[in-house]
Amino acid sequence: MNIPLALRDNQLLQSCALHSRAQVLQAIRQYFTKQGFLEVETPVRIPANAPEEYIDPIPTLTWQLQTSPEICMKRLLCRGYDKVFQICRCWRSDERGSRHLSEFTMLEWYRSNADYHDLMQDCLGLLQHVADFCTTDSCFTRNHSKIDPHATWQHFSVQEAFLRFAKTDALASIKNGLFDELLTGQVEPAFEEYTVPIILEDYPAQLAALARLHTDKPDVAERFELYVGGLELANGFSELTDPQEQRRRFIEANQVRKQMGKPELPLPEPFLSELAAMPPSAGIALGIDRLVMLTVGADSIDQVVAFTPESL
Amino acid sequence: MLSVADLKKGTKLILDGDPYVVTSFDFVKPGKGQALYKCKMKNMISGSTLDRTYRSGESFEPAGMDERDMEYLYKEGTHYTFMDQQSYEQVVMEEDAVGDAKNFLLENTKVSVLLFGDKPIGVTLPNFINLRVTQTDPWLKGDTSGSDSKPATVETGYVLRVPPFIEENELIVIDTRTGEYSTRVKG
Repeated sequence: MNIPLALRDNQLLQSCALHSRAQVLQAIRQYFTKQGFLEVETPVRIPANAPEEYIDPIPTLTWQLQTSPEICMKRLLCRGYDKVFQICRCWRSDERGSRHLSEFTMLEWYRSNADYHDLMQDCLGLLQHVADFCTTDSCFTRNHSKIDPHATWQHFSVQEAFLRFAKTDALASIKNGLFDELLTGQVEPAFEEYTVPIILEDYPAQLAALARLHTDKPDVAERFELYVGGLELANGFSELTDPQEQRRRFIEANQVRKQMGKPELPLPEPFLSELAAMPPSAGIALGIDRLVMLTVGADSIDQVVAFTPESL
Repeated sequence: MLSVADLKKGTKLILDGDPYVVTSFDFVKPGKGQALYKCKMKNMISGSTLDRTYRSGESFEPAGMDERDMEYLYKEGTHYTFMDQQSYEQVVMEEDAVGDAKNFLLENTKVSVLLFGDKPIGVTLPNFINLRVTQTDPWLKGDTSGSDSKPATVETGYVLRVPPFIEENELIVIDTRTGEYSTRVKG
């Protein structure tokens, strides 16, 4: 049978990607197991996710599908598990593009008695191991360029990156509502030029999400994003452990949702009541589909999954 | 009305009164941030392009397009006149909007005309069209230059490359999508 050339190329790339995906999963497990982490599984259907302004969970008959395993994993920290990781499926309604799937594979890991700097060290070790184990040249590929995780990584604070690449003040951009547009339109494209991974750190306090505010600089949160070749790969932070503050941020997120005409979301009450018992901790979420895009040099997330939703 | 969920390659919508077609589309969403819908769009009348970024909750007026079977009647200056095959109404189109189709239009050619409201903005020809060669140099027997094609002018004034054996007054088939010679009409 004659298969059209374009389709044959796609099938070839997909076959490489599925083999690489299997290797990436293996490499992640090797790395964390060696570092003394416990691999855990937690329920994917839960009564409440952490309410967020711009993330919409997919409802099931009664509860909802997880948008992230964070709630259950932090409850494990409260119970005294000190280093845990999980590889699982997550679901986010209406997210579909060349870097997004509504159902995707997430890696999350959490450390107690640690902060976001420890997570950056984990990222360094993990990315080096994945590149060594899953690629022939120990490098990632994005837009036909090589990104070497073994070279010295670049760090920018959010404010530095905005002043340098968007020629504007990050706080002013939050005030006039252009932060996300400038980040994706000016800052991320500039990151594509770097041949090493980039840590974008110290998010303004307004964008703290579930992060703790910086101990010395209270106007920023101990939160960072990891970029490889301009592709946003992971979001990590020193966890907020104050239950009152956490509840206040959840309620604020729901107020923003209400203003946007979106349904308010239930609060994860058991998590809030256990949070006081959580030791100082840090946690991070990394998109595995995007990591596979980088090991095979795929342009689109469609090329690294067995089936896209449209093909089902 | 259309919502951001309807935005994809090929979506037609109205911006500032003009019809636009989305030529490329991407969904972007920074970590913890808002969803942004990035579009490149082409003005279906002028052909100019622009980039726009939309957010959840925005809505758009769809660009209602109508395609009608018409017959090409005549040209006056830069105006081309067509007649609707059903209503017998006549519409006049500017040369810019006719585009490359003008190379293949003979009187009484049946075409399909794209209308935005009452305004004709494009012509679709049959994929293959027969035109007579009005001028081409004869094939010199014994030509050893190795050239496998020569220029020929057809009755619309359009010039294209044809095989050396094509002679003046012959009827040839042209692929209107590429503007290239396809075959010779036998008999």
